[in-house]
Amino acid sequence: MKLLYHIGRYFILMGILLRRPEKASMYRRKIVVEMDLLGLESLGIVAIISVFMGAVVTIQTAFNTDHPLLPIYAVGFATRQAIILEFSPTIISLILAGKVGSRIASEIGTMRVTEQIDALEIMGVNAAGYLILPKIIASMIINPALVVISIFLGIFGGWMVSAATGVVSLHNYIYSILFEFSSYDVMYAIIKTVVFAFIIASVSGYFGFYTRGSALEVGNASTKAVVFSSIYIILFNLILTQLLLI
Amino acid sequence: MIRVENVWKSFDEQPVLKDISLTFERGKTNLIIGKSGSGKNVLMKCLVGLLEADRGRIVYGDLDFSAMGYRQRRVIRKELGMLFQGAALFDSMSVTDNVMFPLSMFTTMSRKEKEMRAAFCLERVNLHGADHLQPSELSGGMKKRVAIARAISISPKYLFCDEPNSGLDPPTAILIDKLISEITEEFNITTVVNTHDMNSVMEIGDKVVYIYLGELWWVGSRHEILHTGNKELNDFVYATELMRTLKK
Repeated sequence: MKLLYHIGRYFILMGILLRRPEKASMYRRKIVVEMDLLGLESLGIVAIISVFMGAVVTIQTAFNTDHPLLPIYAVGFATRQAIILEFSPTIISLILAGKVGSRIASEIGTMRVTEQIDALEIMGVNAAGYLILPKIIASMIINPALVVISIFLGIFGGWMVSAATGVVSLHNYIYSILFEFSSYDVMYAIIKTVVFAFIIASVSGYFGFYTRGSALEVGNASTKAVVFSSIYIILFNLILTQLLLI
Repeated sequence: MIRVENVWKSFDEQPVLKDISLTFERGKTNLIIGKSGSGKNVLMKCLVGLLEADRGRIVYGDLDFSAMGYRQRRVIRKELGMLFQGAALFDSMSVTDNVMFPLSMFTTMSRKEKEMRAAFCLERVNLHGADHLQPSELSGGMKKRVAIARAISISPKYLFCDEPNSGLDPPTAILIDKLISEITEEFNITTVVNTHDMNSVMEIGDKVVYIYLGELWWVGSRHEILHTGNKELNDFVYATELMRTLKK
């Protein structure tokens, strides 16, 4: 019953977000600011994780496919497909759910408990729209860019470890990275990322916006935002994979 | 002028406001007083539309606020200013940006015009040289003054103040009270102040409304409040040793 209550309230909130903005230029400016805060500030962690994960995936694949019947391009091909199809869109989105989701929920939750949201509403500003909508739009724009960077860096990580350790020759690695490349795979990754970005920003915004009480509740809202965003990402990953690939 | 007509409000079947009817006049500082839990905060929230009354009407001028939808209310909301207990300044903005925010959102003023208006409002609340500071760098009294500057930046017709001097030292509290009173007269605003501070009552209470257990118990001026025979009101007014000594 409580789940239905939350689902209903979530969709009502989404409806409120779509009300006509008081001043479009203020919203546009806020989208740019949010792209910086939510996206560019996450670039460091995304880069580090992508390079190292790409390297690890390459080593793991090389050691587990060391068989004379397997083609030479297996390692690079498997690394590329793993990074493009799952690692970059899903795992990076899960990491962003932790970093960005907790930030959104705690920022909006703090504004709620310190009456800043009440101040906006009394002024006649659609507080939900002004605070959450720019974050959703910013995430849906910047997260795919982060994932594309992550794909490049993941594959670069594999190349780096190949050059450093020789688990695969560089010639073989580059050949297999290009082997039967389909641009639809990248499109699939971007579509998934856009959906996950919407989930992260809207679910976290929801928990932040309906925070009640004290600073303790802000912490709880932040935790719930990360947990539920992650669950919905996993769930929608399954649904989207079924819809887009099979 | 704001008219409150037969307003009722309950939470979980528990009545918090019971048939409240009163008028807040223009150009006067109207004070709502009462013990904690008496319903004065709920009344304030009903007045500004943060809570909906279960029954009754709230009328701004000739406009029935209670009967209006979200879009229609925007017209009145643009004429409202509110000072919150904790000031509710936007943490991510500087003092000037806080004061300019309503102007940026609801007017077509140029950046220069907005800055000039913000400077005027900050000057009016005696805040010199604080325009570039962040809210976290301000003292409690300064935050309240910035909040007042933000509230008056769009030249409101109605000013609401929730516990304006809570957490302030007595001289700063008096300063804030006087500022509210001066602004009310200067701009001919209908001001409603929610407080349980008797110093505020004696300083600025043009009209004082006492709420007791969700009911409108007493209405009068700050001069009348000291000589009333109302027992519940006297228990509130003379709750402190200082007031009892003054009475003697």
